[in-house]
Amino acid sequence: MSDGLIQVSYFPGCSLATSARESNESLIRACGYMGLELVELEDWNCCGSSSAHSLDHDLALGLAARNLGLAPKDRPLMIMCPSCYRNQIGALTRLQADGVARRHWERRWGLEIDPGLQIVSFMELMKFMERLRAMGTMPELDLKRGLGGLKVALYMGCMSMFPPSIRPKRPSADVLIHQLKEFGAEMVTWPHQDRCCGTFLSVARPDIVTPMVNDIMNSALNVGADCLVTACAMCQLNLEIRATIDKKPPILHFTEVAALVLGARDSGDWFARHLVDPRPMLKAKGLTGDRA
Amino acid sequence: MRSMTRMVEEETPAVAPLHIPAETDPFLADEVTARSGVNTRTCFSCLTCSGGCPFYKAMDMGPHGVMRRVNYGLKTELLTSNTIWLCVGCHTCSAACPMAIDVSAVMDVLRQMSLEEGIAPAEPTVLDFHREVLGSIERYGRTHKLEIMLRYKIRRFSFLEDMDVGLKMLAKRKLDLKPSKIKRPRILASLFKKGWRR
Repeated sequence: MSDGLIQVSYFPGCSLATSARESNESLIRACGYMGLELVELEDWNCCGSSSAHSLDHDLALGLAARNLGLAPKDRPLMIMCPSCYRNQIGALTRLQADGVARRHWERRWGLEIDPGLQIVSFMELMKFMERLRAMGTMPELDLKRGLGGLKVALYMGCMSMFPPSIRPKRPSADVLIHQLKEFGAEMVTWPHQDRCCGTFLSVARPDIVTPMVNDIMNSALNVGADCLVTACAMCQLNLEIRATIDKKPPILHFTEVAALVLGARDSGDWFARHLVDPRPMLKAKGLTGDRA
Repeated sequence: MRSMTRMVEEETPAVAPLHIPAETDPFLADEVTARSGVNTRTCFSCLTCSGGCPFYKAMDMGPHGVMRRVNYGLKTELLTSNTIWLCVGCHTCSAACPMAIDVSAVMDVLRQMSLEEGIAPAEPTVLDFHREVLGSIERYGRTHKLEIMLRYKIRRFSFLEDMDVGLKMLAKRKLDLKPSKIKRPRILASLFKKGWRR
């Protein structure tokens, strides 16, 4: 522990490390305000994305196993990207049940894989911190700004959809909804919260994905949402690049909202990196600039 | 009574009798079950999977059709279908299945079987994309999106398609020019040796 911050291992994944850097930066900032220090996993590799398990199960398990071996044993590992999270949880569950496979990969990578490693999603981590605050172990969150009734459609995509073998570990939308309400958002109820964004078909078959994301965006607009908020960087990008409707609502990363509310003065180039510029909306709601 | 029967027969569209081709594989369900860890025979075709599948409209048989054919042993139909390639593994079906069947895992196994048997995929663009992603992981240990997109477009001879999206992403600095790498990507080399290459 340094500066009273709780240390957690952190696996960003390829999207957050590159195309969604604004999500990564705002996450680190938001966690700092919540009393968490994210320690990036040293030399992590890609979890295999959708492609490894699609074409070769051994390859997928091998890639994920190396990341598991790299994780320090004394702290939980938080995985931000929902797709990486599902892949890594799946691999850990396999290796917990199959000691032969675990030892095989341990020898292969020269790393020890702790079958008791705690892998947590961002939502679980938020819930944990909320409990600490409720117990008085952590100070209450200091909200520098409120969302002032911003109408938010929370978009989870497929991240709550877990196969039966790992279902207890699925991230819950409730934590994010609760937190956004606390931040002063008005949450809309809408039918497409858990609709898949199309993932890689956005590259291989954009003709299928475009109507899907248009449906999602229109559905949010129909219930009067000002913006969509998501915790998945890939969903965020897919909605932005594939929607063809005229009036696209901005799509914010949850972490950007959290960092803003908890006091980030400079949002750097986060919002300039969005393909649908959220700044006019944020400005109209008085959420940008130095009001803190 | 007789005339009524005839009336029903005349007005009801003819239902094609279930046609099971001669070349069924009686061990297909066993093989898929062993490789996926999913007991495919518990499926009772309630269609919940296809009802919720976001890609059902684009699929030739849908997830329920895949499960049904696995249990009938209709291997060729399955391995040449576009359904196994359009499934992205979003797990909407697995989350809803009343028999707790992990349909995505079955799709993974069938896709891998079709590659092993050298069958041309019904959705070549999807396989090309996967190959480029895995190639990038092999070279860098991580995915390099700009290179994946460029190489994919070269493979597909489709440079002009999506040019606007690519340029927008470049302008917003969403596509890094240089890859993010692990220290020694070569340590991963021996993982990449399977039949998905071309």
